[in-house]
Amino acid sequence: MAKQNIRKKLQVSAIENGTVIDHITPQSVFQVIRILNLDKITNEIMVGTNLESKKYGKKGIIKVSNKYFESEEINKIALVAPTATLIVIKDYTVVYKASVEIPDNISNIVKCINPNCITNHESIPTRFNVIDKEDLRLQCYYCEKTTKKENISFV
Amino acid sequence: MKNKSLVSIHDITKDDYERILNLAEKFEANPKKKILNDFVVATLFFEPSTRTRLSFESAASRLGAKVIGFTDAATSSVKKGESLKDTILTVSNYADVIVMRHPKEGSARYASEVSPIPIINAGDGSNQHPTQCLLDLYSIRKTQKKLDNLNIAFIGDLKYGRTVHSLAIALTNYNTTFHLVSPVELKLPSAVKRYIKEKNLEYFQYTELEEVIPNVDILYMTRIQQERFSEPVEYEKVKNAYILRNNMLDNAKKNLKVMHPLPRINEITEDVDDNPKAYYFSQALNGVYVRQALLTAILGVDIRRSTTP
Repeated sequence: MAKQNIRKKLQVSAIENGTVIDHITPQSVFQVIRILNLDKITNEIMVGTNLESKKYGKKGIIKVSNKYFESEEINKIALVAPTATLIVIKDYTVVYKASVEIPDNISNIVKCINPNCITNHESIPTRFNVIDKEDLRLQCYYCEKTTKKENISFV
Repeated sequence: MKNKSLVSIHDITKDDYERILNLAEKFEANPKKKILNDFVVATLFFEPSTRTRLSFESAASRLGAKVIGFTDAATSSVKKGESLKDTILTVSNYADVIVMRHPKEGSARYASEVSPIPIINAGDGSNQHPTQCLLDLYSIRKTQKKLDNLNIAFIGDLKYGRTVHSLAIALTNYNTTFHLVSPVELKLPSAVKRYIKEKNLEYFQYTELEEVIPNVDILYMTRIQQERFSEPVEYEKVKNAYILRNNMLDNAKKNLKVMHPLPRINEITEDVDDNPKAYYFSQALNGVYVRQALLTAILGVDIRRSTTP
């Protein structure tokens, strides 16, 4: 038992201050890093993936030291990691914990499904209105076509 | 609407439609009002559309505005690889309003974001063509003396025809009953039907043209385009399925009018042209009045402005 606890601890160590994004679907971990631009910051970041999860079988986790996100920003990851949990840590203590929520508008994350959309031909950041959050459907602000969940691909 | 772009029929309200239609009526009564003498209208046609361009240019010219622009991307700097943004920013130095037609969907919305002057969308790919929609509303109101409570049939390609989509959506403001005649593979998309359902309006779907004719006030014919079919055999099967012939109008209501956004190919036989129910050429003329109204409203010029010599 003690051995197991140690191993669990070693998987990803705790942070003093910062943000933990837990319960990420393992295949989305790197997308989450990209969406949040974590590859472009100098903070300490710990990333774990394919870790055991009681709830989901396997999960990914990202811990970013000394960084806090606006909810708008963090909600972007709901598209790729709908089960993710956001945890804010201050002085080793959880001060906030919530599931991510799909936002009303999405910019520059998703590609428009319509090959004839202007955003696929000129260098224009994409913009969508989320018209259905349950069965994810995004309407392009430019061409007005709908991109469905199964067709979502990322910029 | 002063200084506002018109990109999509969704940008304007029912009140706006009526304001434009009322203004268009004034231009119909007196089309040659030189109230835009001081203005330059740019018509940027990134793909050719002779009909729409001439209609806009005629509207602008009758109001005394100067018209500049190009008729085809091949003769503009676009061919040299200039971005849409650069073209719009450059032209906006030379004109007061830009009328643009572009083959890519969403191009007009994007142009309206980067442009310091208003953009009028004259068609962005298969997406929107709001001035067509307004001229259709004008034509319906003029011929039926009202817009409310009409039975309107749309015939042909209801899946890809953007004119049908915009007009059907606009008509949901007027308690319309929709009669949708198309081959199964070209039915009205559910995204458009959603607007009809939201307003609790009735719609009926048919595969035969003849059964709707006696019951409707407007027959809105469209062309079935070959390029919409991946299999030529499929096109051959439906291409002649919805042809309106003069004798088919014998049992029509007295007030029925036949509309078509033009160009027609074979879907209305020429013997219909002389029937007083044929309205498609007058419909095209109404486009000039509606575009005069739009240019004037967007440029913020009062129709009562006195003309300077």
